Amino acid sequence: MSAAPEPSPAASPAEPVHVSRNYLNASYTVRSWLLTVDHKRIAILYLLGVTLFFFLGGAAAVLFRLELMTPQADLVESETYNKLFTLHGIIMIFFFLVPAIPAVLGNFLVPIMIGARDLAFPKLNLMSWYLFMIGGVFTLWVTVAGGVDTGWTFYTPYSSTYSNTYVMATAVGIFITGFSSILTGLNFVVTVHKMRAPGMTWFRLPLFIWSHYATSLIMILGTPVLAITILLVALERGLGIGIFDPKLGGDPILFQHLFWFYSHPAVYIMVLPAMGVQSELVAAFSKNRVFGYRFVAYASIAIAVLGFLVWGHHMFVSGQSLFAGMVFSILSFLIAIPSAIKVFNWTATLHRGTVAFDTPLLYAIGFIGLFTIGGLTGLFLATMAVDVHVHDTYFVVAHFHYIMVGGTVMAYLGGIHYWWPKITGRLYPEGWARFSAVLVFVGFNLTFFPQFLLGYLGMPRRYHVYDAGFQVLNVMSSAGASILGVAYLFPMCYLLWSLKYGRSAPANPWGAVGLEWTTPSPPPTYNFVETPIVTWEAYEYPGSNPAEVAD
Amino acid sequence: MNTEFQLFPDAASTTARPVDQLYLSLVAFSAAMSIFVAALVIYLAIKYRRNNDVDRTQRPTHASTEITWMLLSLPVLVFIFIWGAKVCFFLLRSPDGAMPITVVPKQWMWKFQHANGRREIDTLHIPVGQPVRLTMVSQDVIHSFFVPAFRIKRDVLPGRYTDVWFEATEPGQYRLYCAEYCGTNHSRMVGKIVAMTPGDFAAWLSGASGDDEPPQVAGEKLFEQLQCASCHRAGGDAPARGPSLEQIYQRPQPLASGETVVADDAYLRESILRPAAKVVAGYQPIMPTYEGQISEEGVIQLLAYIKSLGSVEPAPPAAAGTPTGEATVPQGAGRLEDQR
Repeated sequence: MSAAPEPSPAASPAEPVHVSRNYLNASYTVRSWLLTVDHKRIAILYLLGVTLFFFLGGAAAVLFRLELMTPQADLVESETYNKLFTLHGIIMIFFFLVPAIPAVLGNFLVPIMIGARDLAFPKLNLMSWYLFMIGGVFTLWVTVAGGVDTGWTFYTPYSSTYSNTYVMATAVGIFITGFSSILTGLNFVVTVHKMRAPGMTWFRLPLFIWSHYATSLIMILGTPVLAITILLVALERGLGIGIFDPKLGGDPILFQHLFWFYSHPAVYIMVLPAMGVQSELVAAFSKNRVFGYRFVAYASIAIAVLGFLVWGHHMFVSGQSLFAGMVFSILSFLIAIPSAIKVFNWTATLHRGTVAFDTPLLYAIGFIGLFTIGGLTGLFLATMAVDVHVHDTYFVVAHFHYIMVGGTVMAYLGGIHYWWPKITGRLYPEGWARFSAVLVFVGFNLTFFPQFLLGYLGMPRRYHVYDAGFQVLNVMSSAGASILGVAYLFPMCYLLWSLKYGRSAPANPWGAVGLEWTTPSPPPTYNFVETPIVTWEAYEYPGSNPAEVAD
Repeated sequence: MNTEFQLFPDAASTTARPVDQLYLSLVAFSAAMSIFVAALVIYLAIKYRRNNDVDRTQRPTHASTEITWMLLSLPVLVFIFIWGAKVCFFLLRSPDGAMPITVVPKQWMWKFQHANGRREIDTLHIPVGQPVRLTMVSQDVIHSFFVPAFRIKRDVLPGRYTDVWFEATEPGQYRLYCAEYCGTNHSRMVGKIVAMTPGDFAAWLSGASGDDEPPQVAGEKLFEQLQCASCHRAGGDAPARGPSLEQIYQRPQPLASGETVVADDAYLRESILRPAAKVVAGYQPIMPTYEGQISEEGVIQLLAYIKSLGSVEPAPPAAAGTPTGEATVPQGAGRLEDQR
């Protein structure tokens, strides 16, 4: 067949419709933005919010990476250093990684991808943004007022009794933000169940939707546990009710159980949507159906379920019994299987596809590489005997950055580049974008790979001063971080530039299938002129591999 | 001591080797898998690039392909798990007759006490070729005892005993870190382990000053000072107000609630600090709480004294090799931990 993709059944019907009014130019007042119930405008509001927090969390990282250039304390005091890594963790996790893909890309795309006019509860959607921002304001206030030094993990009794920093205000911020997460999850679940266009059956849904559906289940079931845990810490800290501090008759390990019961599934809240983006990118840039579509869909659900059963692997050296540890260890090994299925299926999707090396694909390929390393090093941590040595060292830091930054941030940036023409109606300079994608990959590896070596050498995490023998690797890591920092600023610059100077985007600049590419760029307020009737399978590219056969 | 640039840590304990073997095997496996995936992605992406004229005829995918992948990965994962579990049993279950040392850290220092009473701060002397078991409890927040050269780590909790064991193989000095974030000076809560030949160690240990009483001796004094004997007296004709502590250690105690509990470290500790929690059958809950009145070190000394009154466990073989005698060995702390 010819290399140029023919118009697919999905792309053809609505293509010629030209609508000059779209969600962006429908109204220009501030009020029309702050009181909007349009899921696309709310996505833009979230985009502004998470971008602000990303650069704030990044600034904290710049400061402590600078401090770690030398073994001794020179740039900041220990107290400040502890506040910096705490702030970095709290902001990046609760205010960037958890909301980034679902609340920005998910908000924008979930209704469009299923052929709906909006989410099921548009006002609830707006409320979730306000909750997010109110929680964020608490965190910003804490930052300005003097910070918090408990680490993002808030281990008791340090957080509940001993720390003299702004634990309560931070806890309130996270507590409130948690509800924005719950509302988003609720909205997605109801929308996917009730608002799919005619003909859009479950197995015609893009995998982006499947992964957001799985994520939403975790958000709804897991986040309340975080809220309860925070409330209990506040009760102990504020009222002296003994729950976690043994001096008050409490149990510090109970906190860890409760905390990780949310926070391990939260890892999947952060990474499942990234997997959804990844599936879209790989399919669109190899013009092929995602290999083993149903298995990838089921794998998302399997990860969501198994994710709730592995929290104890954070507590192998915490005084948990050996046998409980063994059970958590084997369950943690099992969760590697659905993740591995996804990696193999993305790779296999390239097979006999038509691969275009546009910026989103570069991010997608980077994702496969970094996520693979992140996943494999997860096996080290699931192996108790090895975890005893590397637990709470830089090995763990490197591992979760490979998943969170190498996985989620790569996918987020890939997704932003892929859907930018749809969201803004503008094209960005491709050369700069490809250069930045490569720079992110290089900077990332230079930053975090040395940390695996540091970890096995025994450098504990959260160390302000360290032994001289660790300096070479730390300097490498800091050098990488400076490259990474610059590489993150580039997209910020050229994407902003494109808003004014970028060429106008056609409805379907990539020749991709999927309902979002059948509507103009940017889409009209109600997404579709007419509700689409779906008669085709997901990723039905001309000549793409047929749906798998059961045998 | 980590002052020179290294790429691989020193290995100085009997646990280091099996852990390293497992780790390096995982590194080899991961490297092979990563290279395989990377090579495949690059090969496929280049071969099927947009302008390349290749056969793109698609064949239907079979569900069996996916299931084969899953079934192939399963034995690999189970193999790693079993290997890891085997090493872990060796790593976490302390051998009998290990030399006991108590560790009571607080923000931000490590306090150690040897069985003969000798105390140390931030430095721990140990003999090589002899298993050592640390019984640990924190005075304030959670800390974690981490010696990279020994490949061991264990959290030290407030209000509960945990233990860790190791056997050093090479004389030398090794870094000790606190691995659990514990506040402002967490990164300065470091110390060193000085591993010595048994002869040197015996000489060092006998250099204890006059203040360094063995814990069971200090415990006996504390027992008298707190007037514990007025209720827990040994022998006598009138019925005592509290159970006798003779040979109580490790003995099953029938409780007022009808349950039975083994009088291990955790139970004895709880009964000193919160006596009303588990009252022995036949006695009234009249004992006052000592929560906040005895330091963690004091509790450990009281336990050492109670243990010195004998236990129902068969005595370990004549205290050979340990300079302290069987009575002070905090038997079973680790194993009972495991049964929870």
